[in-house]
Amino acid sequence: MPAQVITITSGKGGVGKTTAVANLAVALASDGAKVVCIDGDIGLRNLDVILGLENRIVYDIVDVIEGRCRLRQAMIRDKKLPELYLIPAAQTRDKNAVSPSDMNRLVKDLRNDFDFVLIDSPAGIERGFKNAIAPADRVIVVTNPEISAVRDADRVIGILEAEEKGPGALIINRLNPALVKNHDMLSADDVLDLLAVELIGIVPEDENVIIGSNRGAPVAFDPKSRAGQAFRNIAKRLRGEKVPFLDLDHTEGLWQRLQRLAGRK
Amino acid sequence: MSFFDRLFGKKNSAESAKERLQLVLIHDRTDLTPAELDSLKDDLIATISRHVEIDAQAMQIGVEHDGRSQRLVADIPLKAARRQRARKPIK
Repeated sequence: MPAQVITITSGKGGVGKTTAVANLAVALASDGAKVVCIDGDIGLRNLDVILGLENRIVYDIVDVIEGRCRLRQAMIRDKKLPELYLIPAAQTRDKNAVSPSDMNRLVKDLRNDFDFVLIDSPAGIERGFKNAIAPADRVIVVTNPEISAVRDADRVIGILEAEEKGPGALIINRLNPALVKNHDMLSADDVLDLLAVELIGIVPEDENVIIGSNRGAPVAFDPKSRAGQAFRNIAKRLRGEKVPFLDLDHTEGLWQRLQRLAGRK
Repeated sequence: MSFFDRLFGKKNSAESAKERLQLVLIHDRTDLTPAELDSLKDDLIATISRHVEIDAQAMQIGVEHDGRSQRLVADIPLKAARRQRARKPIK
C-alpha cells in the first residue's frame, strides 16, 4: 500500500509542530510502520535535534533536489528504530531553494517504500508552508489553547480549504488541565467550537517534553509520560484505530497527593 | 482567577479569550471590518428605502457563523408592514 503523506503545520511558531512530528514518527515506527519524516523548515532546521540525529547529517533535502546526492544518501536512519528515517532541511539555504513541484517529486519517490511520510512545515503561510502542503494527502494543524495560536490556526484552516487540502485535523497541544478547570485557559471544547474542525488529539502540557528534547529522545518513547501517551494515541488514530481521548481531568492537588501517598485513596 | 476577581464579578479569562476570538475570527474569515459593515448597512438602508419604508434606527446587521461558513444576517423592520398589520388584525 502506498504511503499516507501527512503534513503538520500551525501558522504560529512555537506551538509544537516539530515535537508533534518527532513524536508521531516515533510512535508510528514503534508500532512497526515504516516512517520517513521530512524537515520542511529550510534555514531553521530542528527536527534533527529533537530526534537526536544532528550528528549524522551529511546531505540534506536541497542536496537531493539539486542533484548532489541520491535520495537514499540524504535519509538518516534513527538510532533506536530501524524503520524510522529523517530527511533533514538545509541550514544554510533559504526556503526559495525548494518549490512545491520539487516536493511533489521527492515525495512521489518515497510513497512506495514507506507507510507514512510526515512533513514538518515551517511556521507562517508563505513559500515554506506551500512547499510542505503541496504533496500532502492529509494536513494536521497544531495549536495551543491560547488566543494568538487559535487565530493563526483558523487562518491556516481557511487557506487549506481554499487550496483544496482541507479541512485538516486538529491537535490541541500543551493544554493545562488545572488552568482549564480554573477557567483561565480555553478548553478543548472552546477551541473546537471556534475552529469547527475535526479533532485528532489533545496533548497535555508535560515537562517530560522538554526533558525529552534535551536528550534527543521524544516523549513517545517514555511509557509514563502523559504527553507521550497522547501522541501514541494520535498515531493509532492515524492508522484508523478508534481510540478514546485521554481523560485530562484528574489533576491532583497537594491534598489529594498527600492522601494518596498516605494510602488513604 | 483570584477570589477577588470573582467577588467583583470580573469575567474569567478563558471566557474573554473566547469572546474576543469569536469577533476576531469573523473579521479574519470575511475580510469585513466593523467600519465596512457600517458602510454596508448605510448602502442597504439607502437601497431598500427606495422600494419600501423601513425603520432605519431599528435595523440590525451582523455576521453569524454555522461551523466554518459565515452568513450575513440583516433584520430590517418595515414601517409600512407595521401599519398594515394594525389595520387588518390577524384572526
